[in-house]
Amino acid sequence: MFGEDGGLLRELLVERFNYCIYVVLLLIGLYAMIAKNNLIKKLIGMSIFQTAIILFYVSLGVKEGASIPIYKPEHDPHGHHAEDHADHKPKDANASSSASADAHDDHHEVQALTDEQTRQYANPLPHVLMLTAIVVGVATLGVALAVVQRIYRAYGTIEEDEVMKAIMEESQGIPSTKGSPKSKKGASKKRKAKKA
Amino acid sequence: MSGLELFNVFILVFLVVAAVIALRVKDLLIASVVFGIYSFLMCLLWAEMGAVDVAFTEAAVGAGVSAVFLIATVFNVKRDSSD
Repeated sequence: MFGEDGGLLRELLVERFNYCIYVVLLLIGLYAMIAKNNLIKKLIGMSIFQTAIILFYVSLGVKEGASIPIYKPEHDPHGHHAEDHADHKPKDANASSSASADAHDDHHEVQALTDEQTRQYANPLPHVLMLTAIVVGVATLGVALAVVQRIYRAYGTIEEDEVMKAIMEESQGIPSTKGSPKSKKGASKKRKAKKA
Repeated sequence: MSGLELFNVFILVFLVVAAVIALRVKDLLIASVVFGIYSFLMCLLWAEMGAVDVAFTEAAVGAGVSAVFLIATVFNVKRDSSD
């Protein structure tokens, strides 16, 4: 019983350590998005959340003892064919024997890798999916930061509670009395923009 | 534990440390730079895990463009944060 338990713990902490850290990073990001008051801190938390999910997906594609998912020279049907073609070309020009023509035909057909061969490569499918996710992530971050700059120009702050207070006061028609002159200027600018 | 596994664990621990520092410092410029370090560590980890295409993209986009966006925004707004 104890030995089995120890095995489980070992599997969790040594072989599946990636997944533990993935959960920790996910929760750090989620905490920052909910509890942090500063808008830029919230966005950093969002990015950490995104990369944690990408880490999980990339971890799914890992195989023990596997290399990167690019054809090794001996497995690549096209690379082998091209190499062979270059070898045979002068021969064909000199004397087109039937044997060399047969060999030529052989290398034209693309053959699928066997299971034994595919086991030597990491699974590329999660990588391709996550490539899209990274690009979407940076686009999201760019738009969000642009909105943060716009909020700063309108309210003079990027702290969530102060922005909420300013919005509440504005909606109740009470002119904001306290606050830096910058924020007052920003608020009046915002009102001007609304009138126009 | 092989050398590669040790490298993996080392980077994973530093990832959590970098994430926590990026969220705890009051200076937003430091937070942005530490976030760039976090992205670069993540990129190293993916290269080690065999996802070289994802690692390239993360190095260019995560550690490069995202960090530049964050720093540019920090210079356009206040540098200090309440939390």
